[in-house]
Amino acid sequence: MKRIRLITILIVTSAIYIWAFTGLPKIEWKETSVEVVSAIFSGLFQPDWSYVYDPGGEDLLQGLFDTLAIALLSTFIAGILCIPFAFLASKNIVKSHLAVGTSKFILSFIRVFPDIVLALLFIKAVGPGAFAGVLALGIGAVGMLGKLISESVDNVDLSAKEALIASGANPVKTFIFAIVPQVLPNFFSFILYRFEVNVRAAAVLGVIGAGGIGTPLIFALSVRDWERVGIILLGIIVMVTLIDIISGKLRAKLI
Amino acid sequence: MIELKHVSKVYSNGTRGLNNIHLQMEAGEFIVIVGLSGAGKSTLLRSINRLHDISEGEILINGNSITKAKGRELYRIRRDIGMIFQNFNLVRRSSVMRNVLSGRVGYHSTLKMMFGLFSKQDKQIAIDALERVNILEKAYIRADQLSGGQQQRVSIARALAQEAKVILADEPVASLDPITTKQVMDDLYRINQELNITMVVNLHSVDLARAYASRIIGLKNGEVVFDGTAKEATREVFANIYGKNNQTMNQIGVAK
Amino acid sequence: MKEAQLKQSAEMSVPPRKLKPILTTLLVTTAIFWSGWQIEFSFTELVRGFPNMWDLIVQLVPPNWDYLSVITTPILETIRMAVIGTTLGGLIAFPLSIIAARNVFQSAWITVPARFVLNLIRTIPELLLAALFVAVFGIGSIPGIFALMLFSIGIIAKLFYEAVEAIDPGPLEAMTAVGANKIKWIFYGVVPQVMASFMSFFLYTFEINIRAAAVLGLVGAGGIGLYYEQTLGFLDYGKTASIIMYTLAVVLIIDYLSTRIREKLA
Repeated sequence: MKRIRLITILIVTSAIYIWAFTGLPKIEWKETSVEVVSAIFSGLFQPDWSYVYDPGGEDLLQGLFDTLAIALLSTFIAGILCIPFAFLASKNIVKSHLAVGTSKFILSFIRVFPDIVLALLFIKAVGPGAFAGVLALGIGAVGMLGKLISESVDNVDLSAKEALIASGANPVKTFIFAIVPQVLPNFFSFILYRFEVNVRAAAVLGVIGAGGIGTPLIFALSVRDWERVGIILLGIIVMVTLIDIISGKLRAKLI
Repeated sequence: MIELKHVSKVYSNGTRGLNNIHLQMEAGEFIVIVGLSGAGKSTLLRSINRLHDISEGEILINGNSITKAKGRELYRIRRDIGMIFQNFNLVRRSSVMRNVLSGRVGYHSTLKMMFGLFSKQDKQIAIDALERVNILEKAYIRADQLSGGQQQRVSIARALAQEAKVILADEPVASLDPITTKQVMDDLYRINQELNITMVVNLHSVDLARAYASRIIGLKNGEVVFDGTAKEATREVFANIYGKNNQTMNQIGVAK
Repeated sequence: MKEAQLKQSAEMSVPPRKLKPILTTLLVTTAIFWSGWQIEFSFTELVRGFPNMWDLIVQLVPPNWDYLSVITTPILETIRMAVIGTTLGGLIAFPLSIIAARNVFQSAWITVPARFVLNLIRTIPELLLAALFVAVFGIGSIPGIFALMLFSIGIIAKLFYEAVEAIDPGPLEAMTAVGANKIKWIFYGVVPQVMASFMSFFLYTFEINIRAAAVLGLVGAGGIGLYYEQTLGFLDYGKTASIIMYTLAVVLIIDYLSTRIREKLA
């Protein structure tokens, strides 16, 4: 019996891999490929430092600041929008199965949408620019934050709730004193985590015209300005690393 | 002070938790309720502040029916009844101070409480309460940093800050070791004597019941089978309450 | 007496400073307002955008169902990219993570550079990786596969070396005791303990990669992503909706299957 299962698994996996690899187009090393790779690397090691700060025009710092602003603002919006969903989706707060189920469904639905697809749709609605990016990430993050927070609400210790009820607290006071203190550290920790995710996402949005550092990067790539590609990549790496470190430290303090 | 009139409780699965209980508890009494687990001690206690609804009868607190009370009136009656739990039921992530202050929420509007606006007076009351149970020095430590006995003292302070006239204690020492058990029971006794707060305490230890109670109530299968002073509660009485099972008698410390 | 009092006050825990939360709130508020100013956030634009958003939603319904047969090929290509990208990434991540694990190689000369490389990979979003690879290999699914490969290495390796560091040291000591060399020590002491979690991380990464692969086409790196721009560009919203629905269905089915398998592995 066990053997049959093993053989089935083996056949299925090999079938998947045979299908995957036989359909693969050939890797064509164009004459330019090697040249481009070495150009990218030399760009990384000899970046266009003059692009970092250019008081007159669009420079790296401006692009990074835009990216950071998109990430901050969208995380803030998502942090507020996710609160009602997070509590409505927890059986510890809401007794109605219908309400919990509906909220969970909405959260999953938002979660399966890639941020970039949301951004495409928002560009159509409000025009290209950072504003569309903020809306896309602001809405997109609600799915993940809502899910994580509602799970942490599901896991709160309800014994304190009993004590508050016994002391004559109404439901609102009970919620604030017995539930909120238990959820708050997790809430901030998830917000910070999502901020890290949003910084990366915001760095990408510019590729489709939704603001941030992605736009000058894609532009530099298309005109094959490798020094500029190099400095922008370095900028992204430094920014993301710094934010990961700071946010990680803060999160460790919260828990 | 507390009056139970023909109180019965039937659970949704049909089991009878309480059967026609008729009791009168007076101000200043230290009442210990004893009985096997499942005898209905906890149900009785939770019926008094209506954490559990009863099926029949009525419960009066200072002449007001908690059974019929709704909304604000119910919160108002509950405010006068403090409660202490076997597992302390503190908000473990919050500071000791905040836990004690949470006993004050019944005195303020919801809006004020949403922003955690406690008055100077509230804080003084909380500090006095902590001082009374000798744990003031831990005021700004997180509750989950404390030992079990310390946590239970914080929960007593919470009931004190509530300025309750009655304190219900549901197995307050069941999860504590013998030494802290004595400290906590002494605290309860002191509060009863000094502040004249009525105590209604569930215990399963007969020795403790005899040592602290001014009145003992024995429950068996949801009915009152004994009600008298600690002196009247003889070995035979406990044998009746706990059944003739020797092993149980050993466990609860009567068989000597 | 005085000494006793002093001692008590020293032991007394201090009330929390009020300054910290106030400063934090101030800092966050400033950061939010600065962000709004930086990107010229405007509520009027938001309000003006609302009818447009609603129009868009109306136009997305109903999806153009006939289009589903057209996009089956690119959807399959998306899955293929994810399968190959994740597999290659996993194959590379496996040895890399073992090198990065502190309990396997005690020397910081080995673990620190390995971690540095892994962290570096993780900082670059997959769509930017794809854009770079498109510049190297030209348009098609090959750059997409390479982007997903690098991206997978970042995720799998991070999760995996943490799992390796958490293993039971008992079998390792036993291997040392019988005099195994480093290779044998790893293969018989470390690998059997972490194989199940590796498979689980692999599948988890595959789930993420299916989502990622679906958008790589936007920069010309193959898969269904390319069709978003085409249909949106031609204002053919019914078709866009059917792409979204098709992708969602595939993502959900793969998530479901993968989660089931991961539950079995745990």
